[in-house]
Amino acid sequence: MKQGSEIRDQGLESTEQLLRKALEPVGERETERDLWPAMRQRMEAQPSAPPWFDWALACGVAVFALAFPASIPVFFYYL
Amino acid sequence: MRDEASDVLAGFRRGDPAAFEALFQMHQRSVYGWLLRIVRNVSAAEDLTVETFWRLYQAHARFDPERGFEPWARRIATHAAFDWMRAQRREVELTVDVAAQPGGDPAATDEIRRATAEAFGRLAPKLRIAAVLAVVEERPHKEVADALGISVGAVKVRVHRALRQLRRDLEKQGMKP
Repeated sequence: MKQGSEIRDQGLESTEQLLRKALEPVGERETERDLWPAMRQRMEAQPSAPPWFDWALACGVAVFALAFPASIPVFFYYL
Repeated sequence: MRDEASDVLAGFRRGDPAAFEALFQMHQRSVYGWLLRIVRNVSAAEDLTVETFWRLYQAHARFDPERGFEPWARRIATHAAFDWMRAQRREVELTVDVAAQPGGDPAATDEIRRATAEAFGRLAPKLRIAAVLAVVEERPHKEVADALGISVGAVKVRVHRALRQLRRDLEKQGMKP
């Protein structure tokens, strides 16, 4: 059963069909290679503590939100 | 068997690297498969699988064994994919790797298929993720909702908005879906 059939709008149903034709479903696919070596490399390369610029960015956003409270809904919309 | 799995999950929660490796080996394929469905790019899905497990590793102390590893991993993977899509150009080509493969419906001309894929790539990532999972991959709305951390109703709204915006975009290009 197609979930899209819940959408009553005739125009949207045809758009939905068009989207299905434009993008092939991926279905069940598995990676051909073991990603553990890349994972281990990542773990060895990066410290677990957030870098300083993450904190600086968070502080900047907090200051901006305090200065312009009206921007908070806009910020969450684009988040 | 069940006790062994519980031990692995408990070890992971404590930050045991061996338990993390065991979980990685158990779940990397399913996480990769989920990510590939969203980003539709083999290379990006592999990178995002590593990124997802890195985030899981960092958040091990917040893991709740009662809620299961797979749904938690899938939700974090979806957020990682969302971040990746936001970082890409809006005109990201969704036709790469997956959609360009043969086997599509011959009734849809190449031009319309390409225009549709391009228009879909211009949608906001949160709409694209909901639509690609629910419409293209035909995953249950509940599964999509859990992965996105939103309600089933919100998934339906996002899918509806995605299709409406897609139709408008195609109509602007002189195509009538």
